[in-house]
Amino acid sequence: MALPNHTPLNYRIWHYTYLTFCFLVFFFLIAPLFVILPLSFNAEQYIHFSSKMLALDPEGFSLRWYEDMIYGTKNPWGLATKNSLIIAFFATIGSTILGTVAALGLSSRHMPYKAAFMALLISPMIVPLIISGTAIFFFMAKVGLAATHTGIILSHIILGTPFVVITVTATLSGFDHSVTRAAASLGSNPVNTFMKITLPLIMPGVISGALFAFVTSFDEVVVVLFLAGLENTTIPIQMWVGLREQLSPTIMAVATCLIVMSTLILVTAELLRRRSERLRGINR
Amino acid sequence: MSQEKILSSDGTPLEESLKKAERKNKLKAVLLVAPLFLFILIIYIFPIGDMLFRSVDDRMITKMLPKTFVAMEKWDGQDLPDEPVYEGLYEDLSVLKKNKTFGKIIARLNYEKSGFSSLIKKTIRKIDKLEEGNYKEQFIKIHKRWGQPEYLVALKNTAPNWSYAKYLKGVDLKFDEKRNIIQQDEDRRIYKTLWLRTINVAFWVTIFCFILAYPIAHLLATLPMKYSNLLMICVLLPFWTSLLVRTSSWMVLLQQQGPINDLIVWLGWAADDNRPELMYNVIGTFVAMTQILLPFMVLPLYSVMKTISPSLMRAGKSLGGTPLVSFVKIYFPLTIPGIGAGSLLVFILAIGYYITPALVGGASGSLISNNIAYHMKSSLDWAFASALGTMLLVGVLAIYWVYNKLVGIDNIKLG
Repeated sequence: MALPNHTPLNYRIWHYTYLTFCFLVFFFLIAPLFVILPLSFNAEQYIHFSSKMLALDPEGFSLRWYEDMIYGTKNPWGLATKNSLIIAFFATIGSTILGTVAALGLSSRHMPYKAAFMALLISPMIVPLIISGTAIFFFMAKVGLAATHTGIILSHIILGTPFVVITVTATLSGFDHSVTRAAASLGSNPVNTFMKITLPLIMPGVISGALFAFVTSFDEVVVVLFLAGLENTTIPIQMWVGLREQLSPTIMAVATCLIVMSTLILVTAELLRRRSERLRGINR
Repeated sequence: MSQEKILSSDGTPLEESLKKAERKNKLKAVLLVAPLFLFILIIYIFPIGDMLFRSVDDRMITKMLPKTFVAMEKWDGQDLPDEPVYEGLYEDLSVLKKNKTFGKIIARLNYEKSGFSSLIKKTIRKIDKLEEGNYKEQFIKIHKRWGQPEYLVALKNTAPNWSYAKYLKGVDLKFDEKRNIIQQDEDRRIYKTLWLRTINVAFWVTIFCFILAYPIAHLLATLPMKYSNLLMICVLLPFWTSLLVRTSSWMVLLQQQGPINDLIVWLGWAADDNRPELMYNVIGTFVAMTQILLPFMVLPLYSVMKTISPSLMRAGKSLGGTPLVSFVKIYFPLTIPGIGAGSLLVFILAIGYYITPALVGGASGSLISNNIAYHMKSSLDWAFASALGTMLLVGVLAIYWVYNKLVGIDNIKLG
């Protein structure tokens, strides 16, 4: 951002102050994440940058906490990972199907009371999780689904659908409906048209909604805290329990794995978004 | 003037057949929305309704002492009641003793007036030895509190099926014996402070997020694509990263032996043996929540700023406005929709925050959500947790309504 030569001094000062401020904010946003990475390779058992680490002495680093995470005795991470993946998998499928179908209806110009329905279907995203957790807990306890995977999956479907509804509706807003009419005029039935024409076109929106739903479920603590028994523990629950006791390097190792995962998801989501924009003819 | 009806190919009037097609399309759209709607209605909206119901439901005690309350209807609540009330009490308490279900009413009555716990326990212990007739005298012999009108008045006060006492408790008020609404005892007034702190934290976090987000959203919107995409990652990576990971990184940074304290000591702002407490208080809550919610402010601002043409600012300057004047008069007003959307979103999310205050907030930095969780999981006063939850819900829905009016819920953008 070079400034032209004739820029007056006060404007120049202002401009560089602005850039410095922005730099500091970006630093504030991203730096905390990078504190965790080196600490997970700490050879000592304190959450502290040891002098050996600062001197970049190889002896200061080790993989022992990753070993502890995977092979440690009585470590809950294996079960937690399994549960998290199972719950997130089914919750994602449920949210994606229900959300996509509902978004198709909501995007139709024939839909009555569109705004009211939209507001209702998105409400799980807005209502504080503690309230959703309380209410869902009462319900699940009543129908006997507390402390079951099914109960947790059903509640995560609720929490995930708003994201799918939003992303798919956004994709459908630029959708050219003449292609489905063309398919119909060529003799295709509605199901076939949806599978062969509509779905492939809105796929980026569906997948990015599914990613949101997956992350929501995979990262969700509050509702699971209310619903989970010992058998249903998930990664966030174990982190929550661990963080309440004491910061341990094993948690740093788990956190590092989660950061790597979110980076992968971010890259996927970004690629999808760009593809979607290209397909919809934005940024040509 | 006569008008020929236009007919469609199958002979029906066009208007009618269009209406029919319209109805069919409408039905199709509704059927598509129906599965999710019903799902959310059954597993989400009804349970929230049930929560509202629980917060005012006070039928338990009425069910457990049916005869007493029937007898009490005839009592004016002034002096001691007559024999029938004591007879009703005798019969009800005998049933409770036989079924061993008196634990709940002891807790409920002791909440209404302390002293009931020993009163009921002693009465239940001795109830088998009572002889028939003249229960009033025998009850007073068991425990002298049965002869004090205030206990019987307190008992009568629990008769209604519905009670909003939990809501009063949520704002530091309560009923006195004569059903007047009075202030809670001095040492028990905590909820007003808690509500004010919650609103205060949410408000300042929103302000901080705005101050930090506005410049970077502007930078992201004005830089050429290839740079802004790279910087956008700094916003999106935290957005996609687990909340617990981000909270734990703040716990690392803010702890007493952590890097920020190291820096403060190194700069000489504090002595090594007197490191400031940055965590387990309201500072920790502020800092961590601001960083965690910042992306929710940046993204709406960015998407609005992206649509503002740079030529507007150039036009302002060419007409003689200084950069400051053009900014205040042209650019800033155009970004107000984004500011509204981002602020409301951050405020809504902040006001219900639970995880981060619980981990880095300590006692002085905990918010209303933490108290709801406490009553759900530890004190097990579910009715009170429901009442607090309902009050929070009403607040959030009010903001949600404003958001919907101002921004339109279908304009929410993600990523």
